Amino acid sequence: MNIAAAATTLTVNGEETALRSPPATRLADALRSELGLTGTKVGCDAGDCGACTVLLDGEQVCSCMVAVAQAAGRDVTTVEGLARDGALSDLQAAFLRHGAAQCGICTPGMLMAARDLLDRNPSPTEEQAADALGGVLCRCTGYRKIVEAVLDVAGSQDCAPPEFVSGTGPDNDRAVGARIERLDGAQKLTGDEVFGADFAPPDALTLRVLRSPIARGRFEIGDLDSFRQARPGIAAVLTAADIPGSNAFGVYPVGKDQPVLADRIVRYRGEAVLAVVGNAGAVAALRDEDLPVVWHEEAPVTGIDAASTPDAALVQGHRDSNVLARGRVVKGDVERGFADADFVAEGAWRTSFVEHAYIEPEAGWARRIGDRLEIHVSTQSPYMDRDETALILGIGEEQVRIVPTACGGGFGGKLDISVQPLIALAAWTLGAPVRCTYTRPESMASSTKRHPAAIRARAGCTADGRLTAFEFHGDFDTGAYASWGPTVADRVPVHAAGPYVIPHVKNTSCAWLTNAPPSGAFRGFGVPQSAIANEALLDDLAGQCGLDPLAFRLKNAIRKGDETSSGQVLEHSAGLAACFEALQPDWDRERAEADRINRAGGPLRRGVGVAGMWYGCGNTSMSNPSTMKLGISAEGQVTLYNGAMDMGQGPNTIMPQIAADALGVPVDRIANVAGDTDRTADAGKSSASRQTFVSGRATQIAGETLRANILRLANVGPAAALDIGDGRIVLRDGDAERTLDLRAMAPDAEGDVLAADGTFDPPTKPLDANGQGVPYATYGFGAHLAVVDIDIELGTIKVRRIVAAHDVGRAINPTLLEGQIHGGVAQGLGLALMEEFVPGRTENLHDYLIPTFGDVPPIDTILIEDPEPLGPYGAKGIGEQALIPTAPAIFNAVHHATGVRLRHAPALPHRVRDALLAAQEAGHA
Amino acid sequence: MSVYLRPDNLEEALDALQRRPLTVLAGGTDYYPGRVGRPLDDDLLDLTGIAALRGIADEGDRWRIGALATWTDLVRADLPACFDGLKDAAREVGGVQIQNAGTIAGNLCNASPAADGAPNLAALEAEVELSAADGVRRLPVTEFLTGNRTTALGPGEIVTAVLVPKLPDNAASAFLKLGARRYLVISIVMIGIVLVPDGAAVSDARIAVGACSPVTRRLPALETALNGRPLDGTLGEAVSADAVHAVLSPIDDVRGSAGYRLDATVTMLRRGLSEMGRRMGAGA
Ligand SMILES: Cc1cc2nc3c(=O)[nH]c(=O)nc-3n(C[C@@H](O)[C@@H](O)[C@H](O)COP(=O)(O)OP(=O)(O)OC[C@H]3O[C@@H](n4cnc5c(N)ncnc54)[C@H](O)[C@@H]3O)c2cc1C
Ligand code: FES
Ligand code: FES
Repeated sequence: MNIAAAATTLTVNGEETALRSPPATRLADALRSELGLTGTKVGCDAGDCGACTVLLDGEQVCSCMVAVAQAAGRDVTTVEGLARDGALSDLQAAFLRHGAAQCGICTPGMLMAARDLLDRNPSPTEEQAADALGGVLCRCTGYRKIVEAVLDVAGSQDCAPPEFVSGTGPDNDRAVGARIERLDGAQKLTGDEVFGADFAPPDALTLRVLRSPIARGRFEIGDLDSFRQARPGIAAVLTAADIPGSNAFGVYPVGKDQPVLADRIVRYRGEAVLAVVGNAGAVAALRDEDLPVVWHEEAPVTGIDAASTPDAALVQGHRDSNVLARGRVVKGDVERGFADADFVAEGAWRTSFVEHAYIEPEAGWARRIGDRLEIHVSTQSPYMDRDETALILGIGEEQVRIVPTACGGGFGGKLDISVQPLIALAAWTLGAPVRCTYTRPESMASSTKRHPAAIRARAGCTADGRLTAFEFHGDFDTGAYASWGPTVADRVPVHAAGPYVIPHVKNTSCAWLTNAPPSGAFRGFGVPQSAIANEALLDDLAGQCGLDPLAFRLKNAIRKGDETSSGQVLEHSAGLAACFEALQPDWDRERAEADRINRAGGPLRRGVGVAGMWYGCGNTSMSNPSTMKLGISAEGQVTLYNGAMDMGQGPNTIMPQIAADALGVPVDRIANVAGDTDRTADAGKSSASRQTFVSGRATQIAGETLRANILRLANVGPAAALDIGDGRIVLRDGDAERTLDLRAMAPDAEGDVLAADGTFDPPTKPLDANGQGVPYATYGFGAHLAVVDIDIELGTIKVRRIVAAHDVGRAINPTLLEGQIHGGVAQGLGLALMEEFVPGRTENLHDYLIPTFGDVPPIDTILIEDPEPLGPYGAKGIGEQALIPTAPAIFNAVHHATGVRLRHAPALPHRVRDALLAAQEAGHA
Repeated sequence: MSVYLRPDNLEEALDALQRRPLTVLAGGTDYYPGRVGRPLDDDLLDLTGIAALRGIADEGDRWRIGALATWTDLVRADLPACFDGLKDAAREVGGVQIQNAGTIAGNLCNASPAADGAPNLAALEAEVELSAADGVRRLPVTEFLTGNRTTALGPGEIVTAVLVPKLPDNAASAFLKLGARRYLVISIVMIGIVLVPDGAAVSDARIAVGACSPVTRRLPALETALNGRPLDGTLGEAVSADAVHAVLSPIDDVRGSAGYRLDATVTMLRRGLSEMGRRMGAGA
């Protein structure tokens, strides 16, 4: 009965198979590594994410918690078993049609859970669907389109995506503006998509990182040689001393401060210390305790208060204080502004570390080819990865090639390097391919976070409700290393007063170093935190001057011709007022309904809140160009060399849409090469809501240039229609017809005979010492309405509905835009109500809570199109915009319901209950 | 190389366990999450091949929940109303994947203070059947659970069943769970209630609260206060904060403060009891 050495026979997707992995092996691992069925994803190995869901004898289970031996004689169905004869099943097709897969890492699990449901219950209700899929987490979609897809295929509900009629686009037969299905969607539904952990050459070694178990202290490394000699499968243990170039990285060209491997000192729990490389079995057999490292713990500097006391220990010893960066925007005379005010509102707020919680942990593999390195990795920023890795290895940038894999979610967290330098160093020194996949706790402990904020702010207005002054100071916990801390310090003061006309503003910020994981980029760079404060103040002022909160916002909303806190006059595309106006009918109805419900008393109260937002697209007052290339081969294949990384948000679809219209060909004629630094030009990073706006414009320029070149070659007029076929382009202009023979032309290195590129760098102007200038070329605007129920006896909050209106300039792909908005709302809801990363305590997805299927309410999206002349066909960004107003709208709704102002995010039930009790005692509620 | 035993009968399993220490594996939903990023090198005794431990059976004066019965098995089983609360608990354990694999016995053996199965089993006065090569013993659930992650399971023993004594047909039950999100959430507080009526009044009330002490605790003072009270919408008024505070000893953690847990327990008890009183009163 000891089956430790026996093979396990089972049926997988209808075929009898034997697995040789040891019997206790997680079934997910065996399916992936032995059978190559990498459609089954591993997001946590702990049952928390459901990405590994398969059917075992027709019932959904997490294959990360099934022992291989337990599958003996049983029937396993994986995502690879869903499509029949190469065609997507109805369920998969519905997912594609509805845009239910964004990054696609959760999709196999979602599909299997949905299959289980539909096999048992062919026409489920929405609630039954949520119950059945509730064990799978998705960080991208906000679940709404997944529910739609499942109900659609079940026929239980008519869920065809509504037709979208663009307000600005004249050409409805064009690609731009159409609900085109994600062009890289099919492979996300079949399991064929290759993510960071899904492939490495068979001879690849495995790398595992030893991380600091202490938040601050020193360490000594013992005898690594005898450690290694005792373990034949271990090829190397790399330390700081093995790094040939610079052992410091960071996203800015100067001030790189984070070691790839710590050198004698550690500054946060989770910091990388050693890299062990060996065969997979030998590495998996290790325990951290096996490694000869002695730790000397010191009292850590925890939190802003500790970091900012005058005698605080220094987090980085070479600095003269724990201040990493400060930001400042001052306009007018804020004291005079408050003197002019009839009413003043003020308050203080706190927010917590928030984890990106992409379902795909950091992963990739690297190999050395001669004197070059090739790194396959899940990333948001291939060019930054290339440059950082070259510096660390002390080699030239041209010696490093980044080949991005599919990216299973990023949200800012995959802008900073993670596995890249480690696998590069190992592959470079050992000459063998090396792979690394972080575990979930490792990902959560080591990766960057959203900055916790401590905010004080006040605002003033006249008796008739005109804002006169706004003053804000935000302290941000930036963790142990710089990462994007300076960006947050810069962005927050620019945005903190909100999208309103205010003559006198004084906004300041400070990023404090602490012994915590580095706070970095996370959808919104500090603005979601500051919006909680400024949108609360607006409600308080509206209350004081007896105005309806929506009317108050409309009265003060920034419009074309108005000046921002930075003294920038908005010349175009400022559709904020239209967003607020779009909310008016729902606002009137929901507020009246809430008042009716609350008159009845009882523990359940209804609240309706609103919040506005704005967000600059692109880097703050810094050049951030994108270059896109478009080529046509002798065979007539059109290829877009697209350096704009798709982490689920859609550049693999919308860039071809833009290219198609600019060139004048159908979108299905365009092949997409994504991100490879040897083949694409630098399109910057996928952050700052810049790709649609900046790379989109570069794509449009490339397409238009290529078209112009072709028209010139053929000597036809600008209205000519292009028909690119096998070896030729036929051009028709009225009655005239010309043919270009592509095969007669000389190919370039990519094999293209015709090619053009386009570069766009959004025009900005530097900010002066008072933050005055032109920080961004354009801004996205939006407004959310939240309807919540709050149980005042338990302190629990249930969001019932969100209405989200966003000015996107031009909707390139309405389905993808809605998906971004849904996902942003879900993350905003998480920020408001449940997400709190505590180092050492919530480093997994059961203690760290992100919204599940049952937490994201129906979301109505309203797309406003106030075209931006600089953007591609008028478009601007949405990625971060969508998240910013959700939390403030929810908090304002709670205030509406209860009169109580929540000041600590996340508003966990005990905090809410405490706030309600405190208000009762103070006699407010 | 580590040992992996997967016998198909109980005797073999108990023999093996008598000879050497082995880690018992059932649904794996606590075992595997406890070993993320660590080697799987325990010597294992996998119970899932033992058919005799499956299923839920009527044994005359009691119900036998086999050690391999999963949460899904429980939900699908045809059981009287006194199990409704336990079934509701089952539907709240993780997601469907977890319910399909995780066992009720494993939930007790893992002995988390927040084990959702424990309150209703305590209220049902269930017993745990412990088997070893040299015999079988039974312990009430409340004695089996000895602390945070500790049980009375002895060396050489496994849990072979959870035994639930039968109650009058009109006994009713409920489960109340408070968490910070809808699915996949570890409870901040959970409550199991079983009420046996006598006509229009309560004759036997059993109340247990989880996640507010190292182990699930019954609330004897409240139970006494409830007995004899009329079954109607005022039943919850029998709840006094003192009766709750006297027994529970919650802690502050990331999910909630101790004070909040006590406060919420009182509210949930009042609501849950009034709701049951209303429902049962209407049916009486
Ligand atoms: C994502 C996720 C969500 C969850 N949510 C909840 C929740 O909401 N509420 C909740 O209460 N629980 C929850 N759990 C835990 C729950 O699934 C387990 O407690 C489950 O019931 C344990 O059963 P198992 O068969 O999987 O145990 P296993 O993991 O196989 O074993 C658990 C422990 O019990 C021992 N053991 C198991 N069976 C026996 C036996 N017969 N005799 C002796 N020892 C035994 C094992 O040695 C081990 O120590 C969750 C788990 C996951 C992964
Ligand atoms: S990998 Fe199995 S649940 Fe996350
Ligand atoms: S699409 Fe669900 S996690 Fe990305």
